Amino acid sequence: MAKKIETQGLDLYYGKFHALSGVNLSIESHVITAIIGPSGCGKSTLLRSLNRMNDLVHGVRVAGRVLLDGVDILAPSTNLSLLRRRVGMVFQRPNPFPLSVFDNVAYGLRVHGEMRRSHLLPVVESSLQSTLLWDELKDKLDSSALELSPEQQQRLCISRVVAVKPEVLLMDEPCSALDPIATGRIEDLMRALAGGYTIVIVTHNMQQAARVAAQTAYMLLGELVEVGPTAHIFENPKDKRTEDYVSGLYG
Amino acid sequence: MKQDKIIGAILLLVALSAISGLGLITVFIFREGVPIILRLGARQFFLSTDWEPSLGKFGILSMIGGSLAVTVGAAAIGVVFSLGLAIVLTQFSPPGLSAALKPLIELLAGIPSVVYGFVGVVTLVPLIRHTLGGPGLSVLAASIVLGIMILPTITSIAIDALQAVSPTYLEGSIALGATRWQTVTMVILRAARSGIVAAVILGMGRAIGETMAVIMVAGNALEVPHSLLDPVRTLTSNIALEMGYASGAHRQALFATGVTLFVIITLLNIAALGFSRRRPARSRVG
Ligand SMILES: Nc1ncnc2c1ncn2[C@@H]1O[C@H](COP(=O)(O)OP(=O)(O)OP(=O)(O)O)[C@@H](O)[C@H]1O
Ligand SMILES: [Mg+2]
Repeated sequence: MAKKIETQGLDLYYGKFHALSGVNLSIESHVITAIIGPSGCGKSTLLRSLNRMNDLVHGVRVAGRVLLDGVDILAPSTNLSLLRRRVGMVFQRPNPFPLSVFDNVAYGLRVHGEMRRSHLLPVVESSLQSTLLWDELKDKLDSSALELSPEQQQRLCISRVVAVKPEVLLMDEPCSALDPIATGRIEDLMRALAGGYTIVIVTHNMQQAARVAAQTAYMLLGELVEVGPTAHIFENPKDKRTEDYVSGLYG
Repeated sequence: MKQDKIIGAILLLVALSAISGLGLITVFIFREGVPIILRLGARQFFLSTDWEPSLGKFGILSMIGGSLAVTVGAAAIGVVFSLGLAIVLTQFSPPGLSAALKPLIELLAGIPSVVYGFVGVVTLVPLIRHTLGGPGLSVLAASIVLGIMILPTITSIAIDALQAVSPTYLEGSIALGATRWQTVTMVILRAARSGIVAAVILGMGRAIGETMAVIMVAGNALEVPHSLLDPVRTLTSNIALEMGYASGAHRQALFATGVTLFVIITLLNIAALGFSRRRPARSRVG
């Protein structure tokens, strides 16, 4: 299988705090990779390194390489706008903008210069269709996105990312604000999207990783302990620390 | 405790007497001012430009026009600079800078208005006279001076409104490839809109009520202004300029001018309150 993303010796410091140390992770194309590990081990930090969202944090320092299709995105010449278009992100709490449903989905396209409503409408429709929201919302395109249910909001946030045709979808605990039924449906959606995108999901929930991910990576204290096919990680991990974690000894 | 009760009672008394004092002033102004409006007829009082107290003519239209002109001018100038400042400080500066500068900006509000007026007369008025023509004392001069005076009010409230916007909007927008500037114009200003409108309205309330600085730079002519370079008299200036020697119907007409101001400012404050009550739209689960 092809590597979509590869981190090489990735180190990240928040000021003096060493949040990631020497992370070497390969993420395969067109499958779901889950990142698991106890709270505070650096899962979100690693995920946010893949589209350089950590650039927003004051005093952050990064060393090593992050290759996207073989090109180092940490290079100063990287076009961040284009990078984030190619590597989209869905957050833990649904964060639709205080705009209409339509304007939320069209947002990314407008940001990248497409202003004509006639061109936006088909993309809005297909994006909402890909997250199974179109039938529910086609008559509510002009109502505020904040009036939707949490699950609809999270689907809308996924549609908003899908609309700019990314290659990679990063999801940071996308279901943690949702109830179990909504969680199940978002997981179905992830599996449906997996064929077309490379998906990286951070989750606290090991069952969720087992249900959706082909590959799983286990992190502890800023280090990548082990990565491999999900079944291997859960059934016969090579590292003692992974075994302790997946058998519920801590975390 | 007994002592607590006594202190509580005293504080209540103080509060009540302050409120009833305000109430009495309001009643007094209305009692002095309303009868003459009724006697002359609202049409005659509000819609005539003839203000000749010695002939018993009391029409305040030109002063209403003057007040509106300088207030709108001040709001336009105030909004541009205040919003710019608030955006730069909250979105494009290191976090400490806004915290350090905000008290300084608020300090500007404490400078006595006569100082603003004085600086205006000495520098701005001659500048306008020499570069743009006219007497210099003008709508433009008053708008600029008032615009600067209301800058602290608008900036400070706008900063609060912008800081109250959930940071998740910023993250969501940046993650879609937007620049900081696109994020500000497309999401953050929208989210802070009601607070910003309230800030502008409160600023206008300050501008329309300001007196001393306006008397010094506006020229005080009794005409409806036709250009930014014309001198004008505002409602407040009229009261301050004439109250010293007015008596009888003239005095009542000045009180009626005060009633007019009172109503306008109250309406502005109610509007501002309405806008600031409307909470910035926020995610349900956020
Ligand atoms: N902006 C920041 N400044 C300083 N330290 C930070 C910052 N963000 C995260 N950290 C620290 O870095 C470490 C890793 O944080 P991170 O959010 O990546 O963990 P996580 O694995 O995603 O945890 P959780 O499961 O709780 O989401 C934590 O110890 C955290 O306190
Ligand atoms: Mg996290």
